[in-house]
Amino acid sequence: MMSNEQLINTKQKMEDRLIPDHTVGNIYVENARMSARKVNVYYSDKQALDDVNLDIGSSQVIAFIGPSGCGKSTLLRCFNRMNDTIDGCRIEGEIKIDKDDVHDPAIDVVSLRARVGMVFQKPNPFPKSIYDNIAYGPRIHGLAATKVDLDNIVQYALHRAGLWAEVKDRLDKPGTGLSGGQQQRLCIARAIAVSPEVILMDEPCSALDPIATAKIEELIHELREQYTIVIVTHSMQQAARVSDRTAYFHLGKLVEVGETTQVFTNPQHELTQDYITGRFG
Amino acid sequence: MTDTPKGALSPKEAAKYVAGSIAARNRSESWFQFWGRSAIALALAFLILLFVGILSQGIPGMFQHYVILEVELHKDRLDPQGNMSEDSLYAGDAGGLVNEAIMRALDDPQGRKQKRAARSIMSSGSALRLNHFLKDNLDLIGQTVTVKFAVDDDIDSFLRGFITRETPDADRRINNAVIAFVDKLSADGRISYEFSDYLFTGSASRNAEIAGIKGALVGSIWTLLVCILIAFPLGVGTAIYLEEIAPKNRFTEIIEININNLAAVPSVVFGIMGLAIFIVFFGLPRSIPLVGGIVLALMTLPTIIISSRAAIRAVPPSIRDAALGVGASRMQTIFHHVIPLAMPGILTGTIIGMAQALGETAPLLMIGMVAFIVDVPSGMLEPATALPVQIFMWADFAERMFIQKTSAAIIVLLAFLITMNAGAIILRKKLERRW
Amino acid sequence: MSLTSLVLSVLMIGAVYFFMGQRLITRYRSLGKAKAHSLPHYHGLWAALTSILPGLILLVIWSIGDDFLFKQMVKDFYPTEILSMGTMDQAVVRAKIMNVVEGIAFGTPEPWIQAAGEAWISWKSTSDLALTVLAIAVSVGSGFCGYRQINPEFRSRNNVERILLWALALSSMVAILTTLGIVLSVLFESIRFFKLVPPQDFLLGLEWNPQFEGAERAGSGGGTATYGMLPMFVGTFLISAIALFVAVPVGLFASIYLAEYATTRVRAVVKPLLEILAGVPTVVYGFFAALTVAPFVKSVGESMGLEVASESALAAGLVMGVMIIPFISSLSDDVINAVPQALRDAAYGLGSTKSETVRQVVLPAALPGIVAAVILAVSRAIGETMIVVMAAGLAANLSFNPLDAVTTVTSQIVTILVGDQEFESAKTLSAFALALILILITLSLNFLALQVVKKYREQYD
Repeated sequence: MMSNEQLINTKQKMEDRLIPDHTVGNIYVENARMSARKVNVYYSDKQALDDVNLDIGSSQVIAFIGPSGCGKSTLLRCFNRMNDTIDGCRIEGEIKIDKDDVHDPAIDVVSLRARVGMVFQKPNPFPKSIYDNIAYGPRIHGLAATKVDLDNIVQYALHRAGLWAEVKDRLDKPGTGLSGGQQQRLCIARAIAVSPEVILMDEPCSALDPIATAKIEELIHELREQYTIVIVTHSMQQAARVSDRTAYFHLGKLVEVGETTQVFTNPQHELTQDYITGRFG
Repeated sequence: MTDTPKGALSPKEAAKYVAGSIAARNRSESWFQFWGRSAIALALAFLILLFVGILSQGIPGMFQHYVILEVELHKDRLDPQGNMSEDSLYAGDAGGLVNEAIMRALDDPQGRKQKRAARSIMSSGSALRLNHFLKDNLDLIGQTVTVKFAVDDDIDSFLRGFITRETPDADRRINNAVIAFVDKLSADGRISYEFSDYLFTGSASRNAEIAGIKGALVGSIWTLLVCILIAFPLGVGTAIYLEEIAPKNRFTEIIEININNLAAVPSVVFGIMGLAIFIVFFGLPRSIPLVGGIVLALMTLPTIIISSRAAIRAVPPSIRDAALGVGASRMQTIFHHVIPLAMPGILTGTIIGMAQALGETAPLLMIGMVAFIVDVPSGMLEPATALPVQIFMWADFAERMFIQKTSAAIIVLLAFLITMNAGAIILRKKLERRW
Repeated sequence: MSLTSLVLSVLMIGAVYFFMGQRLITRYRSLGKAKAHSLPHYHGLWAALTSILPGLILLVIWSIGDDFLFKQMVKDFYPTEILSMGTMDQAVVRAKIMNVVEGIAFGTPEPWIQAAGEAWISWKSTSDLALTVLAIAVSVGSGFCGYRQINPEFRSRNNVERILLWALALSSMVAILTTLGIVLSVLFESIRFFKLVPPQDFLLGLEWNPQFEGAERAGSGGGTATYGMLPMFVGTFLISAIALFVAVPVGLFASIYLAEYATTRVRAVVKPLLEILAGVPTVVYGFFAALTVAPFVKSVGESMGLEVASESALAAGLVMGVMIIPFISSLSDDVINAVPQALRDAAYGLGSTKSETVRQVVLPAALPGIVAAVILAVSRAIGETMIVVMAAGLAANLSFNPLDAVTTVTSQIVTILVGDQEFESAKTLSAFALALILILITLSLNFLALQVVKKYREQYD
């Protein structure tokens, strides 16, 4: 019979053994759009990410999976510096988009976020009309010189998000009046309207029913040709369905990354294996 | 997606546009922040201005000039009946003794004008002060003692430099003869500038140098006592009834609307109600703390009810279930469990309500607590005034010294209010509960 | 016995019954009889309450009622010609009688007044004696009845709790009674006022001159009192407008900065400081306005070649604005914080700057709440009394110039009602009519604000 203390020590040792110092699998890709090197993130004194290195390939979908609190959303929010809005958050390391460091003082966070769009966990349309929701980004960034240009952008974005047919007759109605799935597609359209290079999606389907989820997944499939997409998801099936690469996070560390088919059929690391076979998480 | 319209920009083009917009947007961002900072700076500047204004007047107002004289405590002249009663002292000649003392100190000036000038240095409250001194020091009777007397407020103003020598004699409130005497007293070391004991022990007076806030302060305390005795049980009782007992129906809705409306009614209207109902209809006397307290209690009731309800609502239902589960009655659940847990919030709201009541003036004016009352009230049925009303009355007097005394009284009032509010904050912090 | 000592005696009797009741039930228990239904202190409370409540109720009714009774009885002494006179003269006569009762003599009163006064004194002493005997008898008697009911089976707790329930329900009635008291007292006197002065003259009149004793101004229409309230309402709105002109931008920008920009530390310092501004009594603001701000405004204005009244609307309005800043800032702080973070994230995610997010997303979403805050601030400015009494003056000028001296509704109410007043004159009654209008305005503003907030809630729920 072990004492409590011994038990904790043993558990600690197991964890130490299990979590690798270096990520299993290939973190590099050929034509990387974004890259993270030696990224550490702290919330006040709590470390949320521990020495993460990862490339995000162009025109690819990469899925971040892992149990709650593993740091996958934290890394996602590093890519467009959304962590800036959180008090007491500190980021170390280097994150690049193309050749530019996102933390470079010469890079404006505004233009970074215009290049790296984001879709959130819960659909969050503005309490404005559908049209104004989409037009908001182009307006603030000055992307449309005329009303016709703006109309075109709105129409294009709604088409791309597969929402045009459903809302074309009520563009002046509030966006909050749409169903949850429609709202989320509206948010995707809103992100597309700014013509970003990368779209970050933070569990975009967690608040939606299966049918709406299927529609979003279909949409992601269509968007991959044109945009680089990073998706955080709790659903392994979803990751398997939509992504080209998959990264598995555990306790703030990037445990394993690789081609989705490879990660799901033949995981290299014990933890990844446990997670995708449903032993925990 | 074959019908996709044109009009979408490539990311490269978009980035160009964004880059072009950034300079102007950052400028407008800076302006916006600038306005925000200016607003805060302005608000804080007002606060500082207010406090600097009050403190710069009020701190000197806590001090005043005294003249130190040797007075003979002549038994027969001070106490002709020999029994130390009020009447006897009143009939006595303390004024004469003080008068002789100042004359002696000034080497017995001759001539009516000179004598009048010498007398004008002394405050008119000097005789009373000598009597008080006698009462406190009965063992010294018959001896010659050194006593501090307040100087007249004009002399005080002169000593503070508000009345200057350069002003022509005819335009000055004190003439050259008086100034010469004051100079002599100063040279002899008989003038002292120290903490004003009149401020806290004196009562209302038209003479600035002997006016004090004691009566008003005691009046305020009586009023607040009545106020809390009425408002606390009624407020907490209403909160308990609405939160824990009453069914949600039309009737309780009316009560809630009423409470919200009462919170919006201007305070002066409560005063009018107090005048019409308690004084005219019920025939209670004017100017008494009882009526003042009732009116203020009705005025602070919404504050107490609203905060008590919030505190009671914050007690989780699980605690009620637990108490009911072991067989406590509903009242036992409320009074043994819910109320003790909600008490910090209730007390915080009560203190804030009392602070509000302490600073309130207008309703008290309506019910006549603005009268000139010299005596310190000894009960809630005696005519009294209150500290803010005293401030209001003093603010009307033109004498320089009254401005300073008013500011000093304001400091005392603010000190009470800040202590009460700080107490509320500490209470909230200390007893804050997390479930 | 005096009322205070009577109340104390009744409470004492109750305390005795409390201990008696408690002892009785413990004795039952020690005798090994059946287990009591309620705890001993509930039995004690039952005995005490049955004794105290009837006693106190009797005391209250009696001491309110006896004056009314005497007022009727004393009329028997009135000579017939006085009975036919108006209520005002009757009040004067009664005051004379009361002087006799209180032993304050102004000259020699008429014989019948002296007689009435002496009769009053004798009634009073009879009544006091009767009350003393009766109150003690009632509380001892009914307490004994309660005491006799006590036995182990008696459900004391339920009975005590029922009384408590009633007490709680009654205390919640006080809010209604207060509202009723306010409305009725103001309404009745206003109706009397409108019998003397036609409502249209009051509501639409352009001149306010209720003839202050000894202060009749030259050219005020030959001494006839006029009661047109428009000058005061113009003055009230002028001062309130100046106040809001200061308070709304400063309060709003301050709250935006605190909610969206300031670090936690700055917020922790600045917010309490702003709250101090809210805790300063209005009489202090009034003093500050009259002593510092008004002379400052005057000297600045005059150095610019403008004519400024020494009690200008501008000075009072500025200080009132400072008073309202924390009111606006804390209310709008609440509504700004209530805007969901998700909306801000959405805007930031699209690349909005902070100010764009605030102006285009947060403020539109918070607008109804901010509007409600401003409406409440207007209501507060209109009802504010001390600042205008001390700094705004009494001249009822119909003027929109902020540099003129104007007067307000509240300062007129105070001026009319402070000090002794004859309750029957149109001048005194006019204060109640003003108060009626004041209540109507503030309550409708409050109602409006509540409606706006309600709409706003629906939008988010």
